[in-house]
Amino acid sequence: MSRNTDMASPDLAAFAGAIASGAIDVVDLTHTLTPEFPTIVMPPELGQCAPFRMEEVSRYDERGGAWYWNNISMGEHTGTHFDAPVHWISGKDLPRNSVDTIPPGDFIAPAVVIDISKQSAENPDYELTVADVSAWEKQHGRIPARSWVLLRTDWSKRAGREYVNMHEDGQHTPGPGPEVVRFLVEERDVHGLGTETIGTDAGQAFHFNPPYPAHYYMHGKGRYGLQCLTNLDLLPPTGSVILAAPLKIRRGSGSPLRVLALVPRE
Amino acid sequence: MTEPLVRPKRKNPLKKTRVPLLPQGVRSRTALGLTEAAAEGRFRLQVCSDCAAVIYPPRDACPRCLSARLPFRDVDNRGTLLAETTIRTSTDVYFRERMPWRIGTVQLDAGPSIVAHLHGDLREGERTRLALKLDKSGQAIAMALPMEDTPNMADDPQWRELTCDPKFRRVLITDGRTAVGQALAEACSAAGASVVFVGVADPWKPFPGEERLRKLERVEIVALDLTDTISVNECAGEYAPRVDILINTAEHVRTGGIIERKGLTVAREELEIRYFGLTRLAQAFGPVLRARGADGVNSAAAFVNLLSVYALANWPAYGAFSATEAACLSAAQSLRAELRPGGVKVLNVFFGPLETEWYQAVPPPKVAPSALANATVRALQQGLEDLFVGDIAEDIRARLAVSPKALERELGS
Repeated sequence: MSRNTDMASPDLAAFAGAIASGAIDVVDLTHTLTPEFPTIVMPPELGQCAPFRMEEVSRYDERGGAWYWNNISMGEHTGTHFDAPVHWISGKDLPRNSVDTIPPGDFIAPAVVIDISKQSAENPDYELTVADVSAWEKQHGRIPARSWVLLRTDWSKRAGREYVNMHEDGQHTPGPGPEVVRFLVEERDVHGLGTETIGTDAGQAFHFNPPYPAHYYMHGKGRYGLQCLTNLDLLPPTGSVILAAPLKIRRGSGSPLRVLALVPRE
Repeated sequence: MTEPLVRPKRKNPLKKTRVPLLPQGVRSRTALGLTEAAAEGRFRLQVCSDCAAVIYPPRDACPRCLSARLPFRDVDNRGTLLAETTIRTSTDVYFRERMPWRIGTVQLDAGPSIVAHLHGDLREGERTRLALKLDKSGQAIAMALPMEDTPNMADDPQWRELTCDPKFRRVLITDGRTAVGQALAEACSAAGASVVFVGVADPWKPFPGEERLRKLERVEIVALDLTDTISVNECAGEYAPRVDILINTAEHVRTGGIIERKGLTVAREELEIRYFGLTRLAQAFGPVLRARGADGVNSAAAFVNLLSVYALANWPAYGAFSATEAACLSAAQSLRAELRPGGVKVLNVFFGPLETEWYQAVPPPKVAPSALANATVRALQQGLEDLFVGDIAEDIRARLAVSPKALERELGS
């Protein structure tokens, strides 16, 4: 049976054709993995997330004649990465909660983009509120169930010190408050939260109640996180689809990955 | 009076860099006792345990009583320069390109007479202090100095050949985030280094002392992350030909023994920063240092390792840390042999607990970062190879020399 003749099946050939013709744009939401890219910082006496590192094995030289390759190392939460529910204590006992057991269908899901870039530019500690979401829904409609919520802050346009924004009292970066995360999970059944900052939570979220609410509520309900995203400003508020499949690491709590957005060209 | 050294001009890019040559460096095993003394800046000769004769050159039997008990002991280094000679030509390729060269015979008050290299401010018939120094081959020679310090004494060409003086040299401090790194940057700048490059990793992370460091005279901050091979190679690519003295100030001090640590995360960090960091520096900067060992007034001179004295004997309270330091010491010994063909010294500086936050719970005596920095710069000015800074380091070393087993038990109890 030819795929094209079965009209009841989705037309994947047409889908592939739309990508090839550019009717569907593929937007890369991933930062390049580099040794310099900041990782989350814990107090120095605690364990740290390993940054990305690359060791040349050979480069067409005496270490291996005709080939170039590298050994790489990094933490599961380095660079643009995916958080699985098992990452957080609230999700530790859920079924299929690690990157190797998550249903593969969950790696492809629609997205909405909520833009708080203006608020974040004025206040690096800006907290997304339920009111912000309600205002967004008035304009764009109710957030469909099982959608990624991508928080556009334009934080990815910053670099180095400005990006991490570390001060003596910790990091100052925007993120969601506890109330809105509960709302998104319980009232909107979202698929997960994606951010441009180093975590899905705000820089000061250690002092929230509960601490790190995006991690606590999202992963407690078996939902996912994406962080260190870029190019969110290229996405429409609604209508895009996200491809985000982490590496299949046994009992892995997350992984660096390539995050792609499919965006219908207007 | 010694002519003050003139700041070297920028290198003429059309001129070939002189290949480092070495003076004759073969010594008998017994004569290596002089090398050991010179490495630490001591003046030691063999003293017969039976008849108390002071012996030079080193021998296996006492020329007076034939005793075989001839340990090296600290002896009085004062004497008189009996005769001097200026050598103007030689078939030895090392000395040939350094002519004229003054040598002389010194009658030591302690007994023997010794043929020594002469400081420019010393004249025949004068009283002198004799010093054992390591020459470019890494072996001991005797150098006769004026009795009192003279102006610009360290600038004497024959003396500078034996030292690693930071004056007019370009220094790289590999980690400027630490208190020791900052103190060394300051000490090297004060010692007349023409530029002090200071490596800073993770520039997105602020650190204490940063503003002060940036304001230090002749200090230039460079991107350098010792845990990242690419970063070390890029830094070397840009700066290695302008680094004459490399001082590795990377540190990673954590408490706990081998089984107290849960998992390998911290141990890996330790090894990445310390052992692999040293390896990366050696691979990236070593070949250029070795090639530039005779490159004029600001020739490549030294690779400095700051090592915990617990590299010599494990202190289980900081057990995993001690093991990493031991690995670094072993690597430093290899590096010493590998850099020697270039006439570049490896200075190992040993110290006990520092007056820093990672030794917070350790009672004094502790070494202040500035004291460590100043001692290190002095050791470079003296051309030493091994330096023990502070009471704890001296104590560990002395106890180790007496009984390694006793020290092991004492440190582990």
